[in-house]
Amino acid sequence: MGLTDIEAKQTKLTAVDRSHVLICAGAACVASGAMEMEALMKAKISELGLTCEVSVFDTGCVGTCDLGPVVVVYPEGTFYVKVKPKDAEEIVTEHLLKGRVVERLLSRTPEEHTVPTIAEHPFFAKQQRIALRNLGVINPEDIQEYVALGGYSALAKALTMTQDEVIQMVLDSGLRGRGGAGFPTGRKWAFAKEVEADQKYVIINGDEGDPGAFMDRSILEGDPHSVIEGLAIAAYCIGATQGYAYVRAEYPLAIKRLQIAIDQAREFGLLGAGIFDKLDFDIEIRKGAGAFVCGEETALMHSIEGLRGEPRPKPPFPAVSGLWGKPTIINNVETLASVPVIVEHGPDWYSAFGTETSKGTKVFALAGNINNTGLIEVPFGTTLRDVVFEIGGGIPRGKAFKAAQTGGPSGGCIPASMLDISLDYESLQKAGSIVGSGGLIIMDEDTCMVDVARFFLEFTVDESCGQCTPCREGVKRMLEILTRITEGKGELADISKLEMLAGGISKTSLCQLGITAPNPVQSTLRYFRDEYIAHVVDKQCPAKVCRALIQYDIVPEHCTGCTLCAKHCPTNAIHGELKGVHTIDQEACIKCGECLARCRTDAVIKV
Amino acid sequence: MAVEKTCCASAEEEKAVRTALEAFEPVRTNLIPMLHAVQETLGQIPGWAMEEVAETLNVPVAEVWGTASFYTMFDLQSRAKHIIRLCESPPCHITGAAGILDAIQEELGIGPGEVTPDGVFGLELVSCFGVCGVAPAMIVDHEVHGNLRPEMVPQLLQKYREQ
Amino acid sequence: MKTLDDLKRVREEALKAMSVRESGHATKVTVAMGTCGIAAGARETMSALLDELGKRGISDVTVTQTGCKGLCEQEPLVEVTRKGQEPVTYGHVSADKARRIVAEHIVNGTVVGDLVVTK
Repeated sequence: MGLTDIEAKQTKLTAVDRSHVLICAGAACVASGAMEMEALMKAKISELGLTCEVSVFDTGCVGTCDLGPVVVVYPEGTFYVKVKPKDAEEIVTEHLLKGRVVERLLSRTPEEHTVPTIAEHPFFAKQQRIALRNLGVINPEDIQEYVALGGYSALAKALTMTQDEVIQMVLDSGLRGRGGAGFPTGRKWAFAKEVEADQKYVIINGDEGDPGAFMDRSILEGDPHSVIEGLAIAAYCIGATQGYAYVRAEYPLAIKRLQIAIDQAREFGLLGAGIFDKLDFDIEIRKGAGAFVCGEETALMHSIEGLRGEPRPKPPFPAVSGLWGKPTIINNVETLASVPVIVEHGPDWYSAFGTETSKGTKVFALAGNINNTGLIEVPFGTTLRDVVFEIGGGIPRGKAFKAAQTGGPSGGCIPASMLDISLDYESLQKAGSIVGSGGLIIMDEDTCMVDVARFFLEFTVDESCGQCTPCREGVKRMLEILTRITEGKGELADISKLEMLAGGISKTSLCQLGITAPNPVQSTLRYFRDEYIAHVVDKQCPAKVCRALIQYDIVPEHCTGCTLCAKHCPTNAIHGELKGVHTIDQEACIKCGECLARCRTDAVIKV
Repeated sequence: MAVEKTCCASAEEEKAVRTALEAFEPVRTNLIPMLHAVQETLGQIPGWAMEEVAETLNVPVAEVWGTASFYTMFDLQSRAKHIIRLCESPPCHITGAAGILDAIQEELGIGPGEVTPDGVFGLELVSCFGVCGVAPAMIVDHEVHGNLRPEMVPQLLQKYREQ
Repeated sequence: MKTLDDLKRVREEALKAMSVRESGHATKVTVAMGTCGIAAGARETMSALLDELGKRGISDVTVTQTGCKGLCEQEPLVEVTRKGQEPVTYGHVSADKARRIVAEHIVNGTVVGDLVVTK
């Protein structure tokens, strides 16, 4: 018997019967005691003299087998689940006699809202999703879903306004470039609009490369049309007819979805000639080829031109002389995705979010030692504490928060003592870091800050284009010093050498890659100087990370002589008899940590 | 490293490269897209293919070489059948990439920058490719694998070995 | 696309198409298919869903994809929306768990409590 049969039965309710009780007699319900329950229920009904008012029927499987035994009481259609024999009497005395529903036996399905929706999850509750509005909501490969949720209406609206009006809107919104530099977007557009030229260009900068940042990839993959729409609005404002999307080759899915989106937009007449009878504009994708420095705008333009992706000095700024010497604006993916919303809802709506000088919202990528890794969008001014502990769900395995690295290889670290810092352009800069592209790498107590700084420098050395000496040679020297320190061969004088080099490199490098390269070192020196001192003076790594500065030992009182560690030691450095205390030969030990991982009695320790 | 000689190309390879290049308008802005097309066709960019590109665009081979060698994703030498790219950026580092590297090295007996003697696997350490949410992560050929644990490595690599 | 009315027409048609799908199909299943999700196994999850629905001959279910929801830690993420009900989001959905979701939620109408993303 299906539900429709039950409904049919309900209509047959005669004047004589006040209630019909349907008891599922499917195999699963019978197996979980439906028949005993039914017998008890019938007995109680007859005991209370309700036999002529209430009829009890067996039905076929209702379909919710794991909730059996199932009882449905009509005419109300009350759906009771997991009705045990002892519950049968209660249904009779409460529901059938007194007309009171037995709440505790009701089915818990979403209709009752007992299952929390994803929006109530603490991860989403404190967010304000503007650039991320459609992520996880629409099918990115279907333009109609984007249009259905209001897509391309901002472009239509912009095209009914003058160029200056739209630029003023973006200026008033306070939107600043989300790629790292934080330059006011409207000002960039106004510069490019003012320059007279036969051809102008607009470019999407999708060459996201900061370790720990992945918002641009996610937006291109999850909502490519919002970026296309933002770029088309920019093109109208400055008078460009050709756009490029420069996306790093490491993001094949983003490239694929963006291409699908461009093709669909062309098909719908939202790219090409005569968009809303007002704008001629089209976009071509250019794939990067694995050069981090191409995220720098002058390097990016060289790459589109088919040259080595090397930066050049500024000025002239691209807004005056950019791609092939023509006025060009380059905007980051997240910036462009925010533009349609600003045009749609107005600048006041957008600037109501955020702080006095940092307006709107920012997407942050949570990575590292945090429970909820992922992508979040919050108003500027949200505290780091809220992001880490409310939205991020705190640090895994009950470890302590040590620091947050913001802004990738150009940024710095925020220590635990500053957890209440407001996340905005000015506060982070004052603390010696930057908002950057929005990477937030959370580090717990087991992270060595000298090691982290070394990792960022290793990255910069790898990615330096080699054009200017301070970046090519200077950063390499800093890396050598840091490596020496983590190997236990550092001296106190190395710390001042690092500081001197850092100052020189930031003052003299050609582009932001070099100018900001020393930041991770400078900021860890500012907040974790004692850790550097411990490495060079005491030859110790307080977080016990740097292999050269730690050793493994066995605590004799805890060792049961099980021989597990000795069996797994790759260099046979552990000696001892079965059931006797073991020892580690420090000369032969390569500090792989296998013994620590194997020991079941916590006898192996790192010191 | 010397540019390989033109003689090494087979007739089919040459034809495939020419066909791939024909899809582009012969202007300098298309140099990088053309190099991508060559690499997709041959799995690498040998010297003779660079000569083809140079001829098509009417620029010196040195220009093509100079540009191609700037970008790390262009492979100018023959490589292994499967390339393992393990992320070594901080988010992966602090969530255990070192343990994954150890496991790969133990399984394959090669270090970063090396190729297994049978030419099946090559191992490279690379910078962040933006899947920090599921760190530690690696890319094998074109597939991204996240939430890695050392014990997953042998089975994962076996899948590729059988391909 | 020449006028605002053209856009409105497309929008209305799209909304209708989406609602027809809602009414024609009892259930919509959405798999988050960003690179994070795929790296965590979303492709396997998607195949298992399609396979299980196929095996059971269920045709009134739409299976679609979306981008990254942001909650990468819980990937692969699957959202099940039954007609007239709030969507339910499941996390860490392996192929096996995807089959359970088909059996318990889509066929039997019972939310698989232990797989729901709660905190």
